[in-house]
Formats: sequence, structure tokens, C-alpha cells
Amino acid sequence: MKKSHIIGLLVIAAAIAIIITTAGDASSYVSFDEAYKMATVGNKGSIHVVGELKKDPAGNISGLENSPDNLSFSFLLVDDNKKEQKVYYNEPMPPDFTRSEKVVVIGSYRGNIFVADKILLKCPSKYQEQKLNAKV
Amino acid sequence: MFHYFIGNLGHLFVITTFVTAVIASFCYWKATVTTDLTARQNWIKNGRTGFLVHSVALLGICVALFIIIYNHYFEYHYAYAHSSIHLPIHYIVSCFWNGQEGSFLLWMFWQAALGIVLMFTQRTWEGPVMTIFSLVQAFLASMILGVVIPGLSINLGSSPFILLRDALADPIFKIQPDFIPADGSGLNPLLQNYWMVIHPPTLFLGFALTLVPFSFCMAGLWQKKYSEWIKPALPWTLLGGGILGLGILMGGIWAYETLSFGGYWNWDPVENAVYVPWLILIASLHTMITYKNSKSALAFSMILVIGVFILILYSTFLTRSGILGDASVHSFTDLGLSGQLLVYLLFFTVAAIVLLVMRWKEIPSTDKEISTYSREFWIFLGATTLCFMGFQVLLPTSIPVYNKLLEIVGVSSNAAPPANQIEFYSRFQLWFAVVVALLSGTGQFFWWKTRDKTKLKQELISSLLITLVFFVIIILVGEVRNPVYMALVLAGVYIITSNVKVLISVWKVNPKLSGGAIAHISIGLMLIGIMFSSGYSKVVSLNNTGLLLNKEMGTEFNRDNLLLFVNETRTMGGYDIEFLGERVEPRNKTGYVKRGDIEPTNDPFKVVATRDILFKGERLYNAKDTFEIYPENTFYEIQLRKGEKIAATLFPRIQLNPSMGGILPSPDIKRGVVSDLYTHVSSSMNRESEPEWGNMEEVKVKIGQQFFVNDYVSVLEQVERITTLPGIVLTDDDVAVRAKIRIEGEHDTYYAEPVFLIRNRSEVGRIGFEIGELGVKITLLNIHPDTNEFSLGLNGRQKDWVIIKAMEKPYINLLWIGTGLLMVGFGVAMMRRFNEKV
Repeated sequence: MKKSHIIGLLVIAAAIAIIITTAGDASSYVSFDEAYKMATVGNKGSIHVVGELKKDPAGNISGLENSPDNLSFSFLLVDDNKKEQKVYYNEPMPPDFTRSEKVVVIGSYRGNIFVADKILLKCPSKYQEQKLNAKV
Repeated sequence: MFHYFIGNLGHLFVITTFVTAVIASFCYWKATVTTDLTARQNWIKNGRTGFLVHSVALLGICVALFIIIYNHYFEYHYAYAHSSIHLPIHYIVSCFWNGQEGSFLLWMFWQAALGIVLMFTQRTWEGPVMTIFSLVQAFLASMILGVVIPGLSINLGSSPFILLRDALADPIFKIQPDFIPADGSGLNPLLQNYWMVIHPPTLFLGFALTLVPFSFCMAGLWQKKYSEWIKPALPWTLLGGGILGLGILMGGIWAYETLSFGGYWNWDPVENAVYVPWLILIASLHTMITYKNSKSALAFSMILVIGVFILILYSTFLTRSGILGDASVHSFTDLGLSGQLLVYLLFFTVAAIVLLVMRWKEIPSTDKEISTYSREFWIFLGATTLCFMGFQVLLPTSIPVYNKLLEIVGVSSNAAPPANQIEFYSRFQLWFAVVVALLSGTGQFFWWKTRDKTKLKQELISSLLITLVFFVIIILVGEVRNPVYMALVLAGVYIITSNVKVLISVWKVNPKLSGGAIAHISIGLMLIGIMFSSGYSKVVSLNNTGLLLNKEMGTEFNRDNLLLFVNETRTMGGYDIEFLGERVEPRNKTGYVKRGDIEPTNDPFKVVATRDILFKGERLYNAKDTFEIYPENTFYEIQLRKGEKIAATLFPRIQLNPSMGGILPSPDIKRGVVSDLYTHVSSSMNRESEPEWGNMEEVKVKIGQQFFVNDYVSVLEQVERITTLPGIVLTDDDVAVRAKIRIEGEHDTYYAEPVFLIRNRSEVGRIGFEIGELGVKITLLNIHPDTNEFSLGLNGRQKDWVIIKAMEKPYINLLWIGTGLLMVGFGVAMMRRFNEKV
């Protein structure tokens, strides 16, 4: 066997290994129900859930609780299936949290609480704004 | 008044650049395929004229756009969306490339400049190379064309000269079509940083430089000059490797200094999208050098060079089409160019692959098996590893693309990128880096072709011994205990040791040949710097306040953030740390001003000093001076002390820009030789809502009598009748009395001046006085002339606070030193290749 063949085989093997590990480590976007099911069957992996903050009919955010020392907080997130879930985040509330339109939480269930390791906020971007904040 | 002329002129220039690029490409193509010499000369002449007119028009676009931004013509969407009146001049420049259209312009500008250089220096390659250059320019120009194709109603490109009323569907334009907003919405505060003035141009120059080797490679394949293209392409590839690497690292430094994720690299899709092409670019320049030395790996070089350019186009598509969506923390906007970007990507991918396949059989290759004892063998392995390194990052970064593709086929896919990006990528990239370092360290021993084996053994052993000695020292001094990190240190030391040896022997022969060795040494330094600063980044703001942790969750969480009340000392990471209050930044002087020392005016950008303002012993302003500030920015003065000695004063920042939809924290960094202390604000008081005051306490005091307010010693110094009161017109019948109360704060003396007012002989008014920093409000409630006493109402509230997170970044300077050295290495190598005769 020529050396180049051995290298060729190694290359293919390495490529396959990378594809498999990537597939294994890829997360997924799920609903809270699916995430809960995953947690009950012992799947501890982190998953993404996309949702919106719970709002009362007047449009105010409800269920937002800061810890007494302001160092962590919890909130209610409503996923695409309208399931409401309490999410805990062990960081101070991001300053623009309440302004966000959509929240992506990355984390997993611990008991009945979803613990987020990371939060991505989708804030209303100025580009999508079709209104001027016009001061005539 | 609308300035139509400049916009129309700009748009005319845009159309001109597109048309002339197409013409230039056509002429150069004709020049390349024509065999008749006179005809060829004429076509070349036409092509040149086309490309030069194209470049001039391009310059015209830039000037027109700059005039619009600089003069604040807010009737134009670009100026309105990216700038504002109060923006300092140097950031006006960054407004230029803040928008997608501007960044396309910047990219085209560099490519036009490179095109002109090649036009006059590469006579033999001019025809085919400039055909490709002009074609790429035409594609890019189409992105900013802003033309609707009649009949099809397809929008081709997005023009930077679009009027605000055409860009936004605001009802005001129906009522008042010539409405011009008084101010723009401003530049994203995150981009108001000096790195953002130089990072984008550097990065786009790097992008533009990848076009040069690609064009030469394509020209070589097309003209069947399979090996000749390497020589002119190599120095440009080296320049590209240096510039693109510098651009990426500048982005990292910007992130480190501005964003508050706690580091310089986040494995965000945006970063990955430029990191991957850079890796392949580095691989390609190694195989190109291999080919120059030993006539092997020609086809591999071609694949890599083409790959780099395609990857740049792919990354452009990823970051600008909006496809990344939820996967990135950067929010990208879809300008509706996805289709066009895809055409651009596919056109060059298909064209390059077809050409390569057509010519594949003719590409010369050596049947000779490469010897294990040759440098080429190790370079080949290294280049392959670099490709894998890129592949491993590219694969998960493209997950949103797979979802989209599956969606088109009708399968719904909900795959998401790995949840912990940093952990996921680092785990793999670290080992790849180890392998690359080991390979390149070893490859250096085969410097002058195949060597005598016994001599080789000697050199190898001595190098390994030196490596081991330094490795042990670093492990012991740096207290590295993690075996994975040890491997990285070992590989880093090995590449440094072996390349220092090469550097010494090469230097004796000819210092001009030392570029490669210098670059490899710097890679070793960077690896060790990255290992320490990221692997041993330590949160030092561990919570030690003893406050109640969240009951529900128990105490399983480490609290990484520290709550600081104003003027209360805590300990953190071996320092005494104290929050000294909120500061603002004057516009025209260097320094910080206490928020309590200024009064707002009607103009948010102007304030009045209430007392003499000193900063570091220097007088900035006198009392009653009016001066300009940046109202968006609040700084939090945080003092670190070791014993009595002040170790550092940090000013982490929060920027408020409601129209940008953001409240953005930026860190402040105490730089040290050994390590950086990195501090950012994680949460601060909400200034928009009224603070909650405690119940009022009433005291009766005489002049000169001491009392306590919120635990501060206070004295009523005097009470006087006043005849003027700002904001209120006093008549002769009114009586206004002002008390002056001195309050001794921890570091400073404050004066409260509440006012008691009797209007029309009967109505009583009281104007309380608040000292925000101390959390104190004092009201003059009543005057008792019979006893010479005064009733004061005292309110206290929770003191001002801030929550910070602080991290230690050990040996991060190795990374920056390595970066600088890497540029030197690339520079030396590039000069050598530019001056090379053969």
C-alpha cells in the first residue's frame, strides 16, 4: 500500500468522525413539552427553546421575578405551542431583557424549572421598524 | 430642503460602476481569446479604460455617500439609519461601512485598487486576470444597484442612495412628503469604538486579497499555464494571509474591549465565517510554497485557492442573507439580496469547478512518492489538518443552511447549532492546533531538502530536550494541571523551539528568508497565550456578600456577579473594591464627571456644572460652566485597592440608545504585564422609574446643629431668604427661603439646598433636594421663628448600586505579542516573494 493511500484512508476516516461528532453534539429547537420529555428520560443535553415573554392583556410582562440581590432572575416564557414555563437564569437580568420580542433559551429542565445556561434576545431591530421616531 | 442632486449623482455613479465592470470584463475576455495581436492590444486598451472608469465612478459613489453622511442629509435613508448630528467626526467614517451597502462599497474599493495595481504590474496576466476581477466587481456592483427590472418586478440590489421616504413606509410621508427628520437614529453604540474604524477596512482588504490568487489560478487553468500562476499569486496570498488574520484578530480585540461576553472569541457564526477561509488560505499558501520548491501538490494548491474564494463568498452569503437567524447573537438584516448573493456564490462555484474538472487531466503531477524525510510531506500533512480544522467549524456553522435546504425539499428540520459553542469548538480546535503545531515544528527539521539522518536525529533530540525544559518551567510557573492544556503548551513550546533554531541558522544565511520562522514562532506564542487567557480565565467577582441566595434553587449555583453599593468596600480577587458612583464623559475633555456635579439642561447633550469639576487633580470645568457630554454613556467608577494603595480605577460603561433598541455594557480592563483584570457591568439601577423612598423622618434643628440622615453626619449651616428661583417667577408678596445643609459622605462633602416657599401669603410650597449618590432627600418642612428651629423632612432610600462581573485573563499579552510578530513574519515572507526573480 502506498503512503498516499494510507493518508487518503485516514482523511476519509477523520472526515466521517467529524461529521458523526457534529451530528451528536448538535442541539435542536424544541418545545417545552418535548424538552420536559427529554429530561424525564434522562437526556441531560442542552436544547434551544424559542418563545415570547408572557404578557397580561394590557401588554405588560408578567411573571418576571428578580432575586432579592438582583443577581439572578426568573421569568415566564410562552413557547410556540402556547405552553407557559418558568425559566430560571443565574445571571443578572440583561438590561434590555424586557424589550425583547423573542427569547431563545438554551438549557435544560431541572425538576419543573427550566434552567437556562444562555439566553439570546431578539430585540426589535431598527431596520424592521417602519416608523420614524420623528421629532418634527 | 431635499438634496436630490447628490443622491442622483451617486446613483448614476452606481449604475456606471456596474456597466463599466461588465464592459471591462467583456473587453478583457475578448483580449484573452483573440489571437490577433493588434486586436488584442485594442481590447486590452478598452478593458483598461473600462476598469479605470469603473474605479473612478466607484470613488465617486464613496465621495457622494460620504458627503451625504457628513452633511447630515437625513432625507437619505443611509444617513438617517446610520448616523446622527452628535456623532464625533472619526465615527462618521465608520457610519460609512455600518450598512451593508457601504460594506459592499468598501470591498469593491479595495478590489478596484488591487485591480489597478495588477493591471500595471502583470502585463502577461492582465487579460485573463482582469476578466475575472471585473466580473467579480460587476457582481458586487449589482448588490448596490437599486434598480427594478421592468416587467419582472425584481429588485436588483439595494442602493445606498435611497431616500428615507422610499425606504420607510411611515404615514408622515403621506401627509408631508418633504419631511426630513431633525436627527438620525445614530450609529450603533457598539460600533462607536476605534477598532471599528480600522477593523472593517482591514477585514475587507483581506477579503479582496483572496480574489488575487483566485484570479491567477483561474487564469492559469483557462490559459493552460498550470504552474506559472503560482509565482505572481504567492506574494499576494501571503499579504492576504497577513491582512485577513490581522482583520480577524482586530475583531477579537474589539470584542474583548467592547462586548461583554468575557473574551475575544465566541465561535459565533460570524466569526467562524471568516476563520474558516483564513485557515484554508494558510493551507493554500503552504502548498503553493511546496510547489515552488519541489513541484508537488499543484492540484491540491488549486483546489485550496479556489476553496478560499468560494468560502469567502459562502461566508458573505451566510452573514448577509439572514439565513443564520436565531443561530447568531448578531442580528443580520435581510436586505432582500439573498437571491442575488446565492447567484453570486453559485456562479463562481460552478464556474471554478467546471474549469478545474475540464482541465484536471492536464494538470501536471508527480508520480514520485513523497519521502517522509522531506519538508513537503510534513507541509502536506499540516495543510490537510488545517483543512480539517476548517471543516470541523464549517459543518456545524452551516446547520441553519441544512434546515433551509431540507425545508425546500419538504422535510421539517429543527436542528440547532451546539448549545455551548465555545466548549464544543474549543474541544476539537485545540487538538487540531496541537497537531498542526507538532507537524510544523517537525517539518522545520527538513529545512534544506532531505537531510542526513544521523544529523537529523541529533537535532531532533536537542530540540526535544530544550522543549521539555521550557515546557516544565511553564507548567510549574503557570500551574497548568489540565492534561489537555499541557498538550497545547507542549506543542506551542515545540513549534517555538524548532523555529527559533531555524531562525538562527537562516538569519546567518540571509535574514530576508526568516519570515516563515518568525510567523511560526508567533503561532506558538499565540497558542500559549490563548490557552492561558481562555483556559485559565477566572471569575474573581465570586459572591461573598452573604446575601440570601435564591431559595427555590438551593445554593447549587456559584454566583459570578458582585453587588456593590456606592461607597461600600468589598473584597474581590485579593483587592478591596469600591463603587464610587456614576460618571459621565465630557465631549471635549478627557476625564469623567460625577453625575451629582452637573445639572441637566433642555438639551440632553449639554449640562451645567454645579461646582468646580476636578478629575485626577486637574480642573476640567468651573462651577456654572455649561459643557457638552455624551448622554448615552454612563460610566461606573470602580476603585481597586491593595491595602492603602490604589491598584486601579476602572470605568466600565453602559450605553443607552433607545432608538437602537439597546442598553449595552462595555468592560473596562486593567491591563497588566502578567494578566488583565476584565470588569463589566452586568446590571445597574433603572433610572427611568422613580426610586422607592423610605418613610419621612422629621427632625427639628437649629443652625449649626448636627443630625443624621441615612447614617451620614449632617449639619444645617444656614438658612437664607432668596429672591430668585430657577423656573419659578417670584412676586414681591412671595417668600422663598433656602436652607443649606452639609452632609459628610464617605469621600466627599455634599450640600443639600431645599427650598421653602410661601406664595400669595397662604400657599405653601416645598422643593426637596436629592443627593442621588447618597440616597438622601431633604425637605425643608417648616420654620419656627419662635424657637429659631427648622423642621426638616429626611428620606432615605437604598443606596446606588451596580452589579459587576470581573475576570482575570492571565498571560493574554502573549496572544497580542504573537499577533504583532505574526504580522512581521508575514511581512518579511511577502517581501521576499515579491522580490523573487524565479
